[in-house]
Amino acid sequence: MKQLTVISGKGGTGKTSITAAFASLADDAVFADCDVDAADLHLILKPQIKKTIGFHGLKLACIDKDQCIDCKKCYDSCRFGAIDEEINLIKESCEGCGVCEYVCPVDAITMVDRDSGFAYISETRFGPMAHAVLKTAEEASGKLVTVVRENAKKLAEEKKKDMVIIDGPPGIGCPVIASLTGVDLVLIVTEPTLSAIHDLERILGVAHHFEIPAVVCINKYDINLDNTKRIEQYCKNNGIKVVGKLPYDTIVTEAMIHEKNVIEFSDGELQNNIIHMWNKIREVL
Amino acid sequence: MIISVASGKGGTGKTTVATNLALSIENVQFIDCDVEEPNANVFFNAEINEKEDVTVEIPKIDKEKCNYCGKCSEFCAYNALAVVPSDVLVFPELCHSCGGCELVCPQDAVNWKKKSVGRIEHGAANGVDFYHGLLNVGEIQAIPVIKALKKKVDKDKNVILDAPPGTSCPVIESVGCSDYCILVAEPTPFGLHDLKLMVEVVRHLYIPFGVIINRDGVGDKKVELYCQNEKIPVLMKIPHSEEIARLYSKGISFVNELPDWRDNFQNLFSRIQSEVNA
Repeated sequence: MKQLTVISGKGGTGKTSITAAFASLADDAVFADCDVDAADLHLILKPQIKKTIGFHGLKLACIDKDQCIDCKKCYDSCRFGAIDEEINLIKESCEGCGVCEYVCPVDAITMVDRDSGFAYISETRFGPMAHAVLKTAEEASGKLVTVVRENAKKLAEEKKKDMVIIDGPPGIGCPVIASLTGVDLVLIVTEPTLSAIHDLERILGVAHHFEIPAVVCINKYDINLDNTKRIEQYCKNNGIKVVGKLPYDTIVTEAMIHEKNVIEFSDGELQNNIIHMWNKIREVL
Repeated sequence: MIISVASGKGGTGKTTVATNLALSIENVQFIDCDVEEPNANVFFNAEINEKEDVTVEIPKIDKEKCNYCGKCSEFCAYNALAVVPSDVLVFPELCHSCGGCELVCPQDAVNWKKKSVGRIEHGAANGVDFYHGLLNVGEIQAIPVIKALKKKVDKDKNVILDAPPGTSCPVIESVGCSDYCILVAEPTPFGLHDLKLMVEVVRHLYIPFGVIINRDGVGDKKVELYCQNEKIPVLMKIPHSEEIARLYSKGISFVNELPDWRDNFQNLFSRIQSEVNA
């Protein structure tokens, strides 16, 4: 089984629209939405949820004020500033380490499970899907990404699928690293803007750091041909394959409004280029 | 006053709004909190004249004192320590620097060493006092870098804070303590879905907020309808324009080329100012 992660560094370059289009082209794949912060893939794939699993991220301190003797040991010991001077918990700052529970001389603090979100196992018109939702202002998105990836892998084994296609989050930090460790290939979707070029260099650095082969797709390549050339040159110099160049097309948004991917929605240059790119990715894999 | 600019979804135009706003008003401090992929300086070209390493403390085990009892690894909520018969393995990238291992160690064998996770940089351009942070490539924890940046906030200035995408810890850390939050949304189904998530976040944090619709004209009217129904002010609409997209691709803030927009951003700022001071 092969795993492909679609990432970008910079947000909004077209990761999810491209992943959704791949759903029409991959005959035998499981889809995983690992952008658990702001998941959008389900808006196109329209999964029917078969199983919901509660997700507990970090633990959370729970202070029993009736027992508290106001010694302030917890306040003094918390490195996250998660307990104020009146010994109230600041939930958003608590990272669940348990130091407060340990130092409390009267056992007024217990660490409890935190309901941080849900992981889902679903079925779509393209095949099985693993996805999740992180509750508002919850932490541990990297941990939830790992849960989604484990679910996707299990699904692939159960249903005998030969591929997992992962829609990754933007950035280069914790959830991104959780989305790409151990995969066979990352597809980096970039665009010919100075910002995206800057971000491309950093995300390539991450792929390199974890020794994961990377290929690049230049989306909306025609909005700045000079910058597109720059990206191609940069990739060439660094031995990275550019597997696709996709033209800017308003059809992407139109298809999205109709809850379809671009391949289902209509034909054209963009769709042909995506098909061509998909074939190249299959070759690399 | 601190105005943060956030979005939920990436690539909706946070940095576009934040930099154009900053270049339209006086007495500005700009802080780019997207430490994973900071882009604001593509538009400011500030000359960096100060760099500061951001470090976290990770445990260093004194093997002379350690008796391999395993209490530290038992306590660690992040699995950052593993005790084997004659060694203690430390996984720095998993450590949250809570200090628990030192507290529970009966042998007093836990010392601390500094580990760099990123850096913050300071400079100036066009009268803007500029800061951004850079998380080291391969590093997981953006929060310490964002925290270091937020220590630089100068409340006497008009602080514009460019937040990272998403809705979880780095975003909360960035927008927390803001006086106002501008949410930038694109008028598409993805844009609307992620805007709703971000609205939950700012409501949860009790931060007053309004929406700017970017690339108005692509997609549909559902973001606007949603704002109407939720009584969220639409502060500004930036049209879907080839000119603006072209300038963006070259790293040019459009207020520099389309001066009418400077007035629009000044009006936006006055509106936010009067709402915050009301």
